[in-house]
Amino acid sequence: MSKSIDQVFPNAKQWLLSWLAGSPSWAIQVVSILTNIFALLAVFLTLFALISVLERKILARIQNRYGPNRVGPFGLFQPIADGIKMLIKEDIVPARADKIVHFLAPVLIAATAILTLGVIPYGRNMTPFTIDGGILFFFAVGSATELAVFMAGWGSNNKFSMLGAMRAIAQMFSYELPLIITVLPVVMVVGSLTPDRIVAAQAEYTFGLVPRWFVFTPWGAAAFILFFVSGLVESNRTPFDVPEGESEIVAGHMTEYSGFKYATFFMAEYIGMFAISGLGVTLFLGGWHAPARVLEIIPSYVWFFVKLSVLLFVYIWVRGTLPRTRIDQIMNVAWKFMLPMAFTCIIAAAVWHYAGRGLRGWLWSLLVIVIVYTALSILLDTRRKFAQRVYRFAE
Amino acid sequence: MTPTLQIFLIVSAALFSIGLLAALSRRHAIFILIGIEMMLAAANLNFIAFWRFAPKPHQPPVGVMLALFSIAISAAEAAVGLAMVIVAYRHYRTTNVDQLDQLKG
Amino acid sequence: MNGAAFIVISILTLAAALAAATLRKLMHAALSFAVAFVGIAAFFFLLGAEFVGLALVFIYIGAVAVLIVFTILLTRRDIEKDRGFNWSGVIIAVAVFCGLTWAILKTASLSIVAPHIRALTVKRIGEALMTSYVWPLQCIGLLLTAALIGALVLVMEEKR
Repeated sequence: MSKSIDQVFPNAKQWLLSWLAGSPSWAIQVVSILTNIFALLAVFLTLFALISVLERKILARIQNRYGPNRVGPFGLFQPIADGIKMLIKEDIVPARADKIVHFLAPVLIAATAILTLGVIPYGRNMTPFTIDGGILFFFAVGSATELAVFMAGWGSNNKFSMLGAMRAIAQMFSYELPLIITVLPVVMVVGSLTPDRIVAAQAEYTFGLVPRWFVFTPWGAAAFILFFVSGLVESNRTPFDVPEGESEIVAGHMTEYSGFKYATFFMAEYIGMFAISGLGVTLFLGGWHAPARVLEIIPSYVWFFVKLSVLLFVYIWVRGTLPRTRIDQIMNVAWKFMLPMAFTCIIAAAVWHYAGRGLRGWLWSLLVIVIVYTALSILLDTRRKFAQRVYRFAE
Repeated sequence: MTPTLQIFLIVSAALFSIGLLAALSRRHAIFILIGIEMMLAAANLNFIAFWRFAPKPHQPPVGVMLALFSIAISAAEAAVGLAMVIVAYRHYRTTNVDQLDQLKG
Repeated sequence: MNGAAFIVISILTLAAALAAATLRKLMHAALSFAVAFVGIAAFFFLLGAEFVGLALVFIYIGAVAVLIVFTILLTRRDIEKDRGFNWSGVIIAVAVFCGLTWAILKTASLSIVAPHIRALTVKRIGEALMTSYVWPLQCIGLLLTAALIGALVLVMEEKR
């Protein structure tokens, strides 16, 4: 019974396709692909609408106030109001802006964000598109985002936009390296670039209770933290939202966009967040597996979305809690700390594998990570760089 | 109409000649580099087309390996070439290759 | 292999490549360069080498195109267009294309259709890279490191 609830979406799609039993095979393929795409878009656009209002409410509660609570019960219909507002705003394009580039930038950024959603396994047999090099596809398409950000900044013919775009690109490509290198230990241990195989490799439970997710290994935990922080940077979220900091650079590369195009940028940022969180769940948190064997009656897609929601909540929590970092601090952390730690994770994963994957391997890889971490913190000591704090009061 | 090897090779030859066009007729240094990158990509397409249409499959897949290494090399060469363009600009304040002629006899 | 897909992809790629080679405005040409590489990656997908296609997108569009665009930004002096176009280049390019096409059409052994081969998985590429091609792999690593250091040293301004 729980199996049929678990497989309700693949079975529904099969039932839908059975209506076309007599058609040529290319027609069935096209309808199958279109069904996948519509389902994906429906789920994630609804999630985007929900998260946009939940984020405001959670941020508000962190700041000791209510969030939007007028439109609908508990303010949950706020996205409808926002959507109507965005749609009826006047679309202003600067007179000397490059029209084609200015128009295509939000399209490209939204397209790449939505494309990356296609390779993540959302449940048992529920991956929209199985590609052999799925993880590589994710990062290849995600790296096209930088070009789109540059197009937005340059196409607006505005110095703020250009500066914001250059900062955004500098930030994004310096954190792409830690992002990708922290994924390497997982790929190395599993031996495959396909997300389905990576999820299947985390299926066992030690003693039937503790799941064998990669986040419970020392290299996996370190890699997950680095991946999560790099994901924060890639999506331009606070504390790394220098490219869109309102107090500094107006809205960075999105300054000259109004109305629906701004909504597209906004949507692309959130969908990028979903994609990175989804990938983090797949690679480190066991994908759609349940945390304990007894809990497997709850369907797989429910577990995936629960884990995704936990990660998104941490994103929002971090946004409400931490102040913005400076651009040189961001770059320092990327090149001097995260890159060596990411390489250490690869070495620790190899040590874990070759010392047997049990307790011995766990302890040895923990030792490797702790040694490198202490060495890095001693070498990068910044305590002495701050001057003595001087308090001056008005006389 | 299934494309034969000849059609792939003709497309790749067209791409190569467009890259040659960019490398020969553009006056901006960066676009000459773009032309070179396109020529390399056309050659990669040739490699992969020949690998695919080979009557007996090789083990290991030689054409694919060659194409991968060629992509890596061309990325390295693009980086160094663009660095040189920047340095030349700093010195001569122009990127028009017609004006970078100080060594002309 | 799908004939319709091939025609669409080839038109896209050749049009974008032509745009990159001939457009006056610098930025438009650089961005059509990126589109041309999307087309070439699509060709690779059509030919069954998906890993190479994805590597192409990653390297060219994610890195080389951004490099080119940055370099255009850093080396402009309020000129937005490329001045001057050497028409003799067109003649040479057309001549080369005609020569190559004649040679291809003359070779009878090339008019074959694609045989059925095993799907090329990433696993096979990885095995080949680590066993038969490990020396070229290490040399490429050295080459990329040398290129990285070289490019940085070239561009670094000397401290006064």
